[in-house]
Amino acid sequence: MVAIENLQLNAQGKLQHFLSIEGLQQELLTEILDTAESFAGITAQHVKKVPLLRGKTIVNLFFENSTRTRATFELAATRLSADILSMNIATSATSKGESLLDTIRNLEAMQVDMFVVRHALSGAAHFIAQHTAPHISVINAGDGQHEHPTQAMLDMFTIRRVKQQFIGLRVAIVGDILHSRVARSQIHALNILGAEEVRVIAPKTLLPVDVESFGVSVYHDLAAGLKNVDVIIMLRLQKERMSSALLPSESEYFKCFGLSADKLNIANKDAIVMHPGPINRGVEIESAVADGPQSVILQQVSNGIAVRMAVMSMAMQSHAGAQ
Amino acid sequence: MTIEHLKIPVLFNQLESALQEAIAERQVVDPIVIGIHTGGVWVAEKMHQWLNIAEPLAVLDISFYRDDFSQIGVNPKVQQSKLPLTVEGRDIILIDDVFYTGRTIRAALNEIFDYGRPNQVILGVLIERDGRQVPIRPDCVGAEVNLAAGQRIKLTGPEPLDIDIQTVTKGA
Repeated sequence: MVAIENLQLNAQGKLQHFLSIEGLQQELLTEILDTAESFAGITAQHVKKVPLLRGKTIVNLFFENSTRTRATFELAATRLSADILSMNIATSATSKGESLLDTIRNLEAMQVDMFVVRHALSGAAHFIAQHTAPHISVINAGDGQHEHPTQAMLDMFTIRRVKQQFIGLRVAIVGDILHSRVARSQIHALNILGAEEVRVIAPKTLLPVDVESFGVSVYHDLAAGLKNVDVIIMLRLQKERMSSALLPSESEYFKCFGLSADKLNIANKDAIVMHPGPINRGVEIESAVADGPQSVILQQVSNGIAVRMAVMSMAMQSHAGAQ
Repeated sequence: MTIEHLKIPVLFNQLESALQEAIAERQVVDPIVIGIHTGGVWVAEKMHQWLNIAEPLAVLDISFYRDDFSQIGVNPKVQQSKLPLTVEGRDIILIDDVFYTGRTIRAALNEIFDYGRPNQVILGVLIERDGRQVPIRPDCVGAEVNLAAGQRIKLTGPEPLDIDIQTVTKGA
């Protein structure tokens, strides 16, 4: 099997596919953040798009529903002047018995340039990247419990915009770490970018058994974990996991691990509150906190477009000169 | 003019005179001066000061508008363009250091028009060299030069500003 980090980079070390944060170098992550910063300015224009990817065709292959992620990828592609096709997989050929590879081959035959893939199985984007033509880039928009690299990069972008740098930062990630591909990507990114400390705060039932090996400090008590923290990332608790994760109830979860104004006061005064959305108010986070002055949740959504523009253009750039 | 005779202070004076003339002739009102990143901004700073323009200097990075993305990709360190929120109906003085093929100016005009529809644009460049590839040319120049095959000209700076002539050998 080809190592993911090798598969992601072309012979010149440029990003060809964006499948995972793990294994990437700090310089590359910083380049993504810097490029996103340039794209962020495009929203100030009367015409909110640039002609960079004009003539390129991007296909959104969402095997799993996600309105927000799909919308931001569509907007990012549109702002780069690419043509975007969003495939509704539920009614597509794969549900009629066609294999994933046959679907990919057919799309390739339509001269597409990029696949944005979301799939419930870990490694799906990697699998597609291994089997697509060399001129096609694959972006992972979330695969199983593995990674969600663009979400993590938009979170890093949001943190850097507020805190300027990662050196010295203490970051707490709170909630369902076990099932969260976002958390995995965030932990890798924070460690690569040089954060002082990454803490995970969760009940034992929502933590992977080997979580310490990710390079994190583990807390089971929210109040203890929030001390001296600069960034608090709340994760979405999927209600269907309430019973399987042996959680007693939503209200009990909120009492122990929900972020209230009182709990927020334990963190540093200028701590920011983040959430990848959609938020369950009163389960993971109190409304007053979600909408409060320390919340950057809506900024995360805005920043998602610039970061995805950066990743898409960098991946397409890796093919420059190949024609 | 021959390359050896290019002197920065003389070029600046000549460009400023040409711009003054164009401003009067075209009845320019309350203009925005825009410098194209990087060398164009150094020239634009000087012109902005000498022409006594009220509006703050604007900066354009045309990296996202270049027509050679599929050949060379995009510069990883793109500066953010800083233009007024609207250029609709405004008079613009667009400044670059060297005019060569015309493609940079084409990209710059495309970007400016994405901010709005200006009333008019005057293009001023410090040096116009031979090699135009598209039907665009400057209105005001500091000097015109012809270069030998393989020669390139570049403004270096910002302090001190100087003119760098490079000769690119084949295969280098």
